[in-house]
Amino acid sequence: MSLSIRNLQKSYVEPGGRRLPILNVDSFDIADAEQVVLIGSSGGGKTTLLNVIAGVTTADSGQVVIDGTDVTKLPEPGRDRFRALRIGYVFQTFNLLPAFTALENVLLGMSFSGRKADRPHARELLKRVGLDHRLNHRPTKLSVGEQQRVAVARALANRPSLLLADEPTANVDRANQDNILKLIREACTENGVALMMVTHSQEVASQFGRVEKLSDFNRPEAAE
Amino acid sequence: MNLLVIAFKSLKQRALSSSLTALSVALGIMLVVSVLVIKSVVDDTFNQRSVGVSLLIGPRGSDLGNVLSAVYRIGKPSENLPWRVLTEDIDRAAKRLPGVKDSADVIEWAIPMTMGDVTEEGTFPVVGTTPKYFKVEYASGKKFSKKGELPVNPFDAMIGSRVARENGWDVGSQFSLIHGGADGHVHDEKFTISGVLAPTGTANDGTVFVNIEGFFLISGHEKPPEEAIQRLKDFGFEVNAEQEAAIREAAGGHDHHAHDDHGHAGHDHAHAPHGIPDDLKEVSFILVRTKTSLASIMLAAEINDGMRAQAVNPIQVISKLMKLFVGNTQKLLLFLTGLIVVVAGIGIFVSIYNSMSDRKREIAIMRALGASRVTVFTIILGESLLLCLGGGILGLLMGHGLVVVAAPLVEAQAGIIVNPWMFDVAELILFPVLIGMATLVGFLPGLTAYRTDVADSLND
Repeated sequence: MSLSIRNLQKSYVEPGGRRLPILNVDSFDIADAEQVVLIGSSGGGKTTLLNVIAGVTTADSGQVVIDGTDVTKLPEPGRDRFRALRIGYVFQTFNLLPAFTALENVLLGMSFSGRKADRPHARELLKRVGLDHRLNHRPTKLSVGEQQRVAVARALANRPSLLLADEPTANVDRANQDNILKLIREACTENGVALMMVTHSQEVASQFGRVEKLSDFNRPEAAE
Repeated sequence: MNLLVIAFKSLKQRALSSSLTALSVALGIMLVVSVLVIKSVVDDTFNQRSVGVSLLIGPRGSDLGNVLSAVYRIGKPSENLPWRVLTEDIDRAAKRLPGVKDSADVIEWAIPMTMGDVTEEGTFPVVGTTPKYFKVEYASGKKFSKKGELPVNPFDAMIGSRVARENGWDVGSQFSLIHGGADGHVHDEKFTISGVLAPTGTANDGTVFVNIEGFFLISGHEKPPEEAIQRLKDFGFEVNAEQEAAIREAAGGHDHHAHDDHGHAGHDHAHAPHGIPDDLKEVSFILVRTKTSLASIMLAAEINDGMRAQAVNPIQVISKLMKLFVGNTQKLLLFLTGLIVVVAGIGIFVSIYNSMSDRKREIAIMRALGASRVTVFTIILGESLLLCLGGGILGLLMGHGLVVVAAPLVEAQAGIIVNPWMFDVAELILFPVLIGMATLVGFLPGLTAYRTDVADSLND
């Protein structure tokens, strides 16, 4: 199993001091190399769920087990290292670092993993996403679609077992949307990476075999 | 990718702001280096010029005045000493020292100097001295190099390098002197340059040395007999009736103009020394080198106790001056330039700290990619370090570059030789200071990066 969530609860403290439950997930699993799309209303906790899975945000309680490791039990430096090594993250706004070229953005992800930066692998990934001619271009010199393709290559740089994608096609045009979606899915399939993608788009969701509606398994109103 | 490379790339992204910040550090360090070089030059100049002499014997009065006049050729001596101070007083004082039978036991050499006149062209100070002056060390371990010959004949002269350069003189050139007295007339006698000294970086470069015998032969340079007799008595020397008569007779028999009449050019004065009686000669200063430091102290005490001449250790006088004025000025300059570096450091802090709010997302992305809090803290600290050290190295180069450019100008204007590659050991302290400053100014921005909330910053 790539991802296994049990009894996960996450709440935020409001300015008045009251706790606002966001996540209350009894059970949620993704099998190895499985591709799942998560849909839900805005503000429903989709991004928070991805952040908790990635270890960017801590859960109040519960388990998030990825490849046999309970992320919630790891101290922060351990979560950082685990995230660098095992989880790929594609953001809605690409989030490339402007000071670095396309190749350097991919290498950057490797640098934080503690491993030696694998330059040939980074080149290969960029070639795979069709950017072998744009290796030394900075993000500002790349089109929106190209930027998102660099982001995909960066997310796969450390050969993760789970790829989290937070509405990766929300900011691109229709033509790029299909290309990027196809790219992410193919890359995950080729590398045996499980995929959990958040989207608003029914059209995107319809292309996936497994579509999960967050409200079906997340019941914050029932949180203690 | 190395964290310092990441820090460098981030700085490059803000190229203008980073360059200006590093430049402010560079300018501060450049000023520090300049002040340190000036300090070294001043230290060298003052210590080097006087260090070859153990004692300076001159007229009673100001210690500093005597040193400035004799060693630095600034100002004129307040009065002259009878020649007997050189031939009798020093010998007598040395023999009074415990266990000393002969003055040669404690004194290595004693060289007379007469001063007061200047050259007609360029008004360079003229020093009458013996050829021995050029054979001894002018500073510790340093001897004169010269072109030409020593001024062994009475109307021979040796000139400093700056005099040669500015007046366009060389071996064989002739010149006249302006009398140092109140009337300031030009002496009739002409001196011929027999040698030119190589640059020494001392006051010797701007001095014209003439053979002391020639100096006395210039009309008006010997004392009138009555005045000379009185002066000897004033200085405590015994002058009996027989000696007085001899002085008067010798003075009457000496004719300067007979000397002038036959001209100087090509004249071999070595074979025709016009003997001026010793009691008609005067000396401005006597430079003494003792064999030991203790002998120098004891001899000075003997001379100062009961004799009308005054002996000082020039190094002590200069050290006192350096401590009182020059040293404090240097400290003040160093303090001010240090403040400039501190202000530059604050500039780095402001530059990095202000950029932090714009870079929260960038830091959050790095954290989302797996960078730990310590990693992002280190990257920000690395930026501060690169700005400080980069600016520092640039400042060092600029500082020494400034010295390289200024050295020939300083030499031409002031006659001070500045080694363009002079490196003060204190410059080595700059690097740990810069690293400390970088850590200090980078700490708070680094802490901001450390505390960045990844989820919040990514959602912003």
